[in-house]
Amino acid sequence: MEYALQMKNICKYFSGVRANHNVNLDVKKGEVHALLGENGAGKSTLMNILYGLYTQTSGEIYFDGKLVNIDSPDKAIELGIGMVHQHFMLIPALTAIENVVLGMNDTKSPILDLDAAAKKFTELAKRYNMEIDPKAKVANMAVGQQQRLEILKALYRGANFFIFDEPTAVLTPQEVDELFIMFDQLTSEGKTIIFITHKLPEVMRACDRCTVLRLGEVTATVDVKDTTRQELATLMVGKPVDLSYDKAEIDPETQKVVLDVKGLKTVQKKEGMSLKGLDLQIKSGEIIGIAGVDGNGQNELVDCITGLMKADEGTVTINGEEITNAHPKKVLDAGVSHIPADRIARGIIMPMTLSENIYLMNTDDKSYKKGPFIDWRKIDKYAQDIISKYNVKTPSEQEYIQNLSGGNQQKVVLGRELERDPKLLIAMHPARGLDIGATYFVQSKIVEARDAGAAVLLVSTELEEIQALSDKIAVMYEGQVMGVVPADTPIHEISMMMAGIKYEDIDKEENK
Amino acid sequence: MGAIASFINTDIRMMMPILIAAMGLVYAERSGILNIGAEGIMLIGAFVGYVTAIKTGSVWIGLLAAMASGILAGVLFAFMTITLMADQTVVGAAYNILGLGLSTTLNRIAFGVNSTADKVNSIGKVHIPGLSDIPYIGEMFFNYNIMIYVIIALLFVSHYVMFHTKLGLKVRAVGENPRACDTLGINVYRVRYGAVLYSTMMCGLAGAYLSTINLSRFNEDMVVGRGFIALSAVVFGRYSPLGVLIASLVFGGGQALEAKFAALNTPIPDQLLQMLPYVLTILALVVSAGKSGSPAAETIPYEKN
Repeated sequence: MEYALQMKNICKYFSGVRANHNVNLDVKKGEVHALLGENGAGKSTLMNILYGLYTQTSGEIYFDGKLVNIDSPDKAIELGIGMVHQHFMLIPALTAIENVVLGMNDTKSPILDLDAAAKKFTELAKRYNMEIDPKAKVANMAVGQQQRLEILKALYRGANFFIFDEPTAVLTPQEVDELFIMFDQLTSEGKTIIFITHKLPEVMRACDRCTVLRLGEVTATVDVKDTTRQELATLMVGKPVDLSYDKAEIDPETQKVVLDVKGLKTVQKKEGMSLKGLDLQIKSGEIIGIAGVDGNGQNELVDCITGLMKADEGTVTINGEEITNAHPKKVLDAGVSHIPADRIARGIIMPMTLSENIYLMNTDDKSYKKGPFIDWRKIDKYAQDIISKYNVKTPSEQEYIQNLSGGNQQKVVLGRELERDPKLLIAMHPARGLDIGATYFVQSKIVEARDAGAAVLLVSTELEEIQALSDKIAVMYEGQVMGVVPADTPIHEISMMMAGIKYEDIDKEENK
Repeated sequence: MGAIASFINTDIRMMMPILIAAMGLVYAERSGILNIGAEGIMLIGAFVGYVTAIKTGSVWIGLLAAMASGILAGVLFAFMTITLMADQTVVGAAYNILGLGLSTTLNRIAFGVNSTADKVNSIGKVHIPGLSDIPYIGEMFFNYNIMIYVIIALLFVSHYVMFHTKLGLKVRAVGENPRACDTLGINVYRVRYGAVLYSTMMCGLAGAYLSTINLSRFNEDMVVGRGFIALSAVVFGRYSPLGVLIASLVFGGGQALEAKFAALNTPIPDQLLQMLPYVLTILALVVSAGKSGSPAAETIPYEKN
């Protein structure tokens, strides 16, 4: 068998910390090879070594059978390696074509010939069924389009070996489908793909073989057709994982309406979606999952409820108390907890300690004060409780939160919000960017809150997460709810609602 | 008409130190480095240019020496801000203090405290047969020393380089997202060093232009804010060399206006007139505030993994 790439006994240490240890990776020509592992398992480190961004401490790389020394991205590009990074390596202020030709020395002349490059670029794009205006500014391009531009950028440089670093994290389900079609086209041309992911269904769906990394070491390389999701999950986390949740039975008699949103409308702003008369009810002990393609008004709905955005019309009521357009403080006092979508921008303050971040939610609480002074001893104690109860991995509550992994940061936010015993918990993308272990932990805590009687508004673009957790699913499209349906509603019906068809208009017979 | 022609002539002569410095700084800023020490480097250039011109009897050698002093100052600035990743504002501020102190001290050592400095035998205007004699137009456009033509030509070249060459694209990209450039095999440090050295060289030249050509002598603290005005010209000119030219014309116009009013013996107090260029600078920055579109990675040191 011919290998496009063989990495042998790769070790990488960062000031004594082990990121990769004796990693062996064999990738066959023309296959889609998954690199599976939890966050921090060493996937990105390994690929950054291959792309010349890091240099390995020891070990050898054979590319097309020849021993190579890749000490800079230049070398990697020369070998025909293209990498689509998780955080796109594009320059928003420049146009698509400027991004494509940046740093290239394909012509001798020092002068840029953007028109000629644009022509070549458009032809290339057409061959891969992509349409991108070469003169468009990257800042004005949608995320999916930017990713396609990244792929074209690599193709333009003649790449025949692709590394995709968690490419699906930013895509809608439909864009994921398109990406996988692209994979097929690339491999049918003899190109090879390494696909970094921590999502098991994607491995099963799109990959030929899979190498699993755990704590910097390879646990196995398997043929995808000979394995199961459970087996991969076990290889990944080292112990069998149960991916289902046991929700407590809740007596409908005891449930009462907690959140009542009626006819909510917002003004259309320059960016984002407006709400166009939205109704939604959530009862105690109930999780309502909001499904829908990102940008269909989910942010606006949550911002209106939490008092961060002004509603134009309609009302928001919590336990009978109207809080429409109330100050966020009043919303919090009404028993609302909020796990924001972007925890770094809205959930935590990076250069502050865990204690300080936790205290920020309690600044009005007199019991955490001694006269005019903050009672740090009491807060530290409270922070320690959260750390142990929510399994936060940190040296102490005095650690800066920026030094924690994403999963542990999210656990701090979760603990801070849940310890307030919310009547309504709003969780947006609570598991975004988290590995399996942390995802399971965060999700089960949300289920626990529900079992304890909280109403939960769960917003996620991961249908699987919505289906696993929700009692009912509400599908949003262009600022409206297309329907509220049971959690076990067939996927294709939910997809149709996500595309803008109201539930009552779906021809259910025909789809069977 | 004659007044307008004369005003434009004065404006163009007055703006040169600002323009020369700003057309260098626009490259540094585009590459992500803000050098607020421009003023100090101009002062060093002004002194070095003057001394060399006096000792050698040649303004040209003076200008070259000033450019060399700018490069020398730039090497240290670049080493501290790019390689050692020091805070650009702090290092820049230190350069202003250093430039003022160094040029003043060296001037006193060389010429004493109270002496009247020798005048530089400066370069004269170029008379272009035919063109220079056209009424008004001749005074407006064809009545300058050779440096002005050279600099204006260089300005158009540098505009073309920034927006139509591979090098220019690299400079712009490095100031926006250095990590992305790194993944494309571009040496971020090399591009930034180059841009900084070019900018400090131009600052040195700008200072020497002021001392040897505009005023023909060196005074302590003679740059009086032109370095900062040049930095403003970069912002007001939206980070493009052509924009910088327009901004420099506006700011130079303030100085020309000051000169013209002073000559008219108006009852307006001198001090108010002298404020004019600075007030104009502030006004221009207020007008252009919020839409400047500064490079995304400006002032952020790049750390390679």
